[in-house]
Amino acid sequence: MPTTPSFPKLQSELAIMAVFAAAVLTMPLWMAPFGAAYPDLLQKFAIYGIFAIGFNLLFGLTGYLSFGHAAFLGVGSYAAVWSFKLFTMNVLPAVVFGTLVASLFAVLIGFVALRRAGIYFSILTLALAQMSYNMAYSVLTPITNGETGLQLTQNDPRMIDHMFVDRGAGLPSTNLFGLEMSGYPGFYFCAVVLIIAFFISLRIFRSPFGLKLRAIKSNQTRMGYTGFNTRPHLLFAFIISGGFAGLAGSLLAITDPLAGAERMQWTASGEVVLMTILGGAGTLVGPLLGAGLIKYFENIFSAFNDSTLHEIFAFLPDGLESVVVFLVSPFVGEGWHLTLGALFMVIVIFLPGGIMEGLRRLSRLVRRPSAGRADQPQTQEG
Amino acid sequence: MDAFVLQILNGLDKGGAYALIALGLTLVFGTLGVVNFAHGALFMLGAFCAVAVEKLLTLSKQVKDESITFFDAYKEQPYLEIWWGDFGRAIIDYSVPLSILFAIPVMLLFGFVMERGLIRHFYKRSHAEQILVTFGLAIVLQEIIKAAFGANPIPQAAPEPVSGSANIGAWFGLGEAVVYPYWRLIYLFFSLSVIGGVFAFLNMTTYGMVVRAGMADRETVGLLGINIQKRFTVVFGLAAVAAGLAGVMYTPILPPDYHMGMDFLVLSFVVVVVGGMGSLPGAVAAGFLLGILQSFSSMTEVKSIIPGIDQIIIYLIAVAVLLVRPRGLMGRKGVMES
Repeated sequence: MPTTPSFPKLQSELAIMAVFAAAVLTMPLWMAPFGAAYPDLLQKFAIYGIFAIGFNLLFGLTGYLSFGHAAFLGVGSYAAVWSFKLFTMNVLPAVVFGTLVASLFAVLIGFVALRRAGIYFSILTLALAQMSYNMAYSVLTPITNGETGLQLTQNDPRMIDHMFVDRGAGLPSTNLFGLEMSGYPGFYFCAVVLIIAFFISLRIFRSPFGLKLRAIKSNQTRMGYTGFNTRPHLLFAFIISGGFAGLAGSLLAITDPLAGAERMQWTASGEVVLMTILGGAGTLVGPLLGAGLIKYFENIFSAFNDSTLHEIFAFLPDGLESVVVFLVSPFVGEGWHLTLGALFMVIVIFLPGGIMEGLRRLSRLVRRPSAGRADQPQTQEG
Repeated sequence: MDAFVLQILNGLDKGGAYALIALGLTLVFGTLGVVNFAHGALFMLGAFCAVAVEKLLTLSKQVKDESITFFDAYKEQPYLEIWWGDFGRAIIDYSVPLSILFAIPVMLLFGFVMERGLIRHFYKRSHAEQILVTFGLAIVLQEIIKAAFGANPIPQAAPEPVSGSANIGAWFGLGEAVVYPYWRLIYLFFSLSVIGGVFAFLNMTTYGMVVRAGMADRETVGLLGINIQKRFTVVFGLAAVAAGLAGVMYTPILPPDYHMGMDFLVLSFVVVVVGGMGSLPGAVAAGFLLGILQSFSSMTEVKSIIPGIDQIIIYLIAVAVLLVRPRGLMGRKGVMES
């Protein structure tokens, strides 16, 4: 029996959770100076935060790089919209249904993909996700509604809702027992889900299960030699990870009850990888930071155009201003993906540990003169 | 029977493109040990070399249109046509084959710069990091192309004499229905000769022999006093040229757009995995095999039995191969196994 390492006490976890919950719930306040305090964007932070947390549980802990995680996001979205169509506009069943279906899907994919490790795993997940994407566009059109995307219609059965209320004139909106899920209520719903998701992630990080996953990352062969079957643990991690993605997908459907196959495209999978890497894979809050930053800058940068750029650089001399605007303009607006790709490269090349690694280095720099110790023992958690 | 032959032919030209890209990919795996997610972008760059050459050759100025006499009408006339008349017109017509001359140095240079500037620093990093950085590069390249050439596909024409279709059925006495565009035939032979050239370079020259030795055991070759690093850079350039040429010649078949590289990359990776990592014959064989299978599965007869099979056949085969024969059809032991 391996000796159980001493894990931090419950109080410290409660403290972390209290700080985290406070930070998330007060986001409308402290995001205001950044111009990001409107519910649509905050909701995106929370949803993609959940997505990144889930991805990090797989990639950060086990080192298995899945390039097809967007497939689970898409499946979760479809499942949630179907729940709206068939049963009720209440969001709770939709979230549960979306998460469950995505987890089941993850069982299937994981069973196949986890037979191989390393780059083969990446390519397998990529191929399987691409296959799902293609199927969503072609064979599965009855379920996915093909290129149009799955939408609510007047004629949906909505069995549970219609037992209580009559069919209204317009399309019904998503609600939580009557509370409409648009604007701030929608954000707070997503925020609460995010807090729960973060708590689960924290528990996994600090559990023997999380430790086993990290052991798989550091040396899978040795784990095998000690008589330890790694596959069930990997599969379990993969399912949890896929379930988180499905949860995020169903939350996306709550914001806007519409699901399309483009959510499953592999560039979307690449985006969640970038979020995780940018924040710091294997750290607790890193992926959240990464997701928030990318969604924030996506929102800001993609709204820029040449005239706003001219306003920003108006303080420069005229000739210089045009040069600067000419240089910057390919990176904003339509070209936001160029910034994303360049950022991707810069992070991987110079800071593979992401922002959390950067912060750690900074704090070491600051602490070195006073403490006089070059190498402080660092924990993996942020 | 006719339909059968036609489907094989249809599969062969697509297979040629897959094989050329997969060949470069697996060459880079085998020599540098690097997983290059930007290889599809090289294919796309090649295709846009052809677009750039065509744009350059058809630079025009406004001239008076003599055929309209009622009022002053103007039309665009390419400079080449004004200077050299029919000869200029012929040059414009042959812009796609001529682009090859332009694409070879461009792609070679780009390959060198990419290897020296970026890939070299990632030899010792994990495969995950290699995938990520090349993925980032692929995004950057495709966005640059999008900014420069726009998001819409830009059709390229094959030269006039070969723009029609060949009645292959009549040549071989198979029946009149086997009609096939000349350009696709040319593409098939072109890809075969490039593949043959790469194999000849690796198998029949001393330089290639050293490269192969380096693939087998890089360290020992280094100990013998050979700068294997330099040769691997050349190999990377070669792989870039192969992908670029595949792109140039593919433009009349598929109008190039900025995301064609990504589309082909995923499939080429599947091809490499099916063929076996690090196996050059495997990559080529799997490329043609998957191309043919894909075109067979898009026949209406097949689709009526299993709907949508044409969309997923390649992935299904990849999954099956990886589960049954994890090393791929011709994979060697010890390559990319972790």
